Amino acid sequence: MLKIITAVIGRDLKLAMRRQADIVSALFFFVIVVSLFPLGVGPEPDLLRKLAPGVLWVAALLATMLSLPRLFADDHRDGTLEQLALAPHPLGLVVTGKVIAHWLVSGLPLALIAPVLGIQFDLSADALLVLTFAILIGTPALSGIGAIGAALTLGLRGGGVLLSLLVLPLYIPVLIFGAGAVDATVTGLGGEGHLSLLAALTFASLGFAPWASAAALKIALE
Amino acid sequence: MLEADNLECVRGERRLFAGLGFKLEAGELLYLQGKNGAGKTSLLRMLIGLLPPENGEIRWKGQSIKSDEFRADLCYLGHLNAIKEELTPLENLLAAARLADEDLSEDDAIDALEQVGLAGREDLACKYLSQGQKRRVALARLVKEKRPLWILDEPFVALDVAAVDWLAGIISGHLQRGGLAVMTTHQLVSIPAGTVRELRLS
Amino acid sequence: MKDRFNLYRFASPATFYPFAGTLIPYFVAVSVVFGLAGLWLGMLVAPTDFQQGEGYRIIFIHVPASWMSMFIYLVMAGWAAIGLAFNTRLSGMMAQALAPTGALMAFLSLLTGALWGKPMWGAWWVWDARLTSELILLFLYIGYMALTAAIDDPRRADKAGGLLLLVGVVNIPIIYFSVKWWNTLHQGSSVNLAKSSMATTMLWGMLLMAMCFWMYSIAVALMRVRTIMLERERHTDWVKAELLGKAGEEK
Repeated sequence: MLKIITAVIGRDLKLAMRRQADIVSALFFFVIVVSLFPLGVGPEPDLLRKLAPGVLWVAALLATMLSLPRLFADDHRDGTLEQLALAPHPLGLVVTGKVIAHWLVSGLPLALIAPVLGIQFDLSADALLVLTFAILIGTPALSGIGAIGAALTLGLRGGGVLLSLLVLPLYIPVLIFGAGAVDATVTGLGGEGHLSLLAALTFASLGFAPWASAAALKIALE
Repeated sequence: MLEADNLECVRGERRLFAGLGFKLEAGELLYLQGKNGAGKTSLLRMLIGLLPPENGEIRWKGQSIKSDEFRADLCYLGHLNAIKEELTPLENLLAAARLADEDLSEDDAIDALEQVGLAGREDLACKYLSQGQKRRVALARLVKEKRPLWILDEPFVALDVAAVDWLAGIISGHLQRGGLAVMTTHQLVSIPAGTVRELRLS
Repeated sequence: MKDRFNLYRFASPATFYPFAGTLIPYFVAVSVVFGLAGLWLGMLVAPTDFQQGEGYRIIFIHVPASWMSMFIYLVMAGWAAIGLAFNTRLSGMMAQALAPTGALMAFLSLLTGALWGKPMWGAWWVWDARLTSELILLFLYIGYMALTAAIDDPRRADKAGGLLLLVGVVNIPIIYFSVKWWNTLHQGSSVNLAKSSMATTMLWGMLLMAMCFWMYSIAVALMRVRTIMLERERHTDWVKAELLGKAGEEK
């Protein structure tokens, strides 16, 4: 079971490394969107500190959306997805591997760069730490839930826009608890409660989403 | 070994075929023939279990094909090559084997690539290969393939005469080892095998 | 065995189509009766609220519409589950037929909520937990309709849409809980209807209106499912016979 998951992760990471432009452009998208906000609302530190959690999290959701349409589309186009579906183990395990690989190349870089952007918003050291940690444990849920949308919209006209329409409402709990954790730290309430709920969301979606995605992929392959 | 009973296929609003059945035993080859749109590819997709039939049943070794065991016995080659452009032929073969839970050593993979005429190209990313060469990378999977049931969708397309002969030899070797094969093809290639069955869809 | 056979026969479009056709007038009639009774009770009998004046009477539309918007999503998910488990054709068609009505109810709930909110809170929109959840529910309806509309093959549309509904139903409690949590953190107390003592006549008015909306939804969904059936099965003999029969009557 672990063998197939690691095999998928290994292959997807190797592919991602040969196409680094995709990772880098999603990351710069994140940086640019976040940097636009001070230009839009003005540079007062008080206001920026208040906006920071929400802005960073919404930008993280959007940046994740960018890379989702290709999660299964490339494999679908060249026929690899059929072979994966025909392999003698449950397709849900394959999807689990793909979700983890997607997180490693999309969510993890966001978490690493988020504190730098947080400094632009005048966040305190505590808040920066919580922000990084929240994005780190919240983004796997984004990859997981996003995989369901990517599988449902596989091969459809206007798949990318449709994907956002399906997936963004489902991202709301992650947004609320992720931004809430940072917000609670800024206001001095402590973000532990939010963080543990965020972790629960991630565990639940990593357990549930790959199987729902696998079912959606089988529908798409018929 | 492989049995199909009373299969019915409906695509969109059209009924492509109904009441279709056949039996295939070890060492036998089944040719599927028919015009474009007659349902050859649909039938193949039913046989590999990706397309549930409207009616009827398919059994492998007496069991329904909806099991992991069936897929462990199945090797499917579609009209898409299922190779990754960014990976080299060697990486492609090894990755495909790992994902299909098969043992394939690097030496075996290199040997297979040599047989399909890709010696010296093992370490070149597949996007630099020609269409015919990419097809050969896909076919190289068959060289060391030990799974008993091969289902091949138009395997001879885009191959030159020498490659067609080579592939016919590979399939015939598989049949002589007691394997089964189902394939669609437009050009009739003579494959020396015990029993060749034909099924014409119209 | 015989029961099972009958169930499948009932679920086949050729038998369900005329059956639905005979049911529709009854549902329409019942809906009108409930609607008239509910409006009479709500608009004329129920006392004027001493705090909110006459404006509060919009809850006789708002609350039943909210109830129905949630209920219809559950019913759609129920059809989806049946469809995915037993591969019945009717289920997907019913889910698709219900979706626009559900979206309409969610929209109506938001609209009346805004109209009610202006005199109550002094703003058309407040980020109240219920209104926000209703808005998200509307997004879920729109997502479902967009997905099924984007898929050409009706079978795939049914299955993919059904899966989305099930995913949505699992997520709705989580979304609702998170929105409530967010709301309590960011806002003081919002005006809560359940807290204010509700007169029995008001409750009855709302129940009658809910029955009216319910019957209306069934009638409209049956009409829509009949259209979907004709469109999907346009190449079958029973549809041709049906359409020829209609044409013959008109002559």
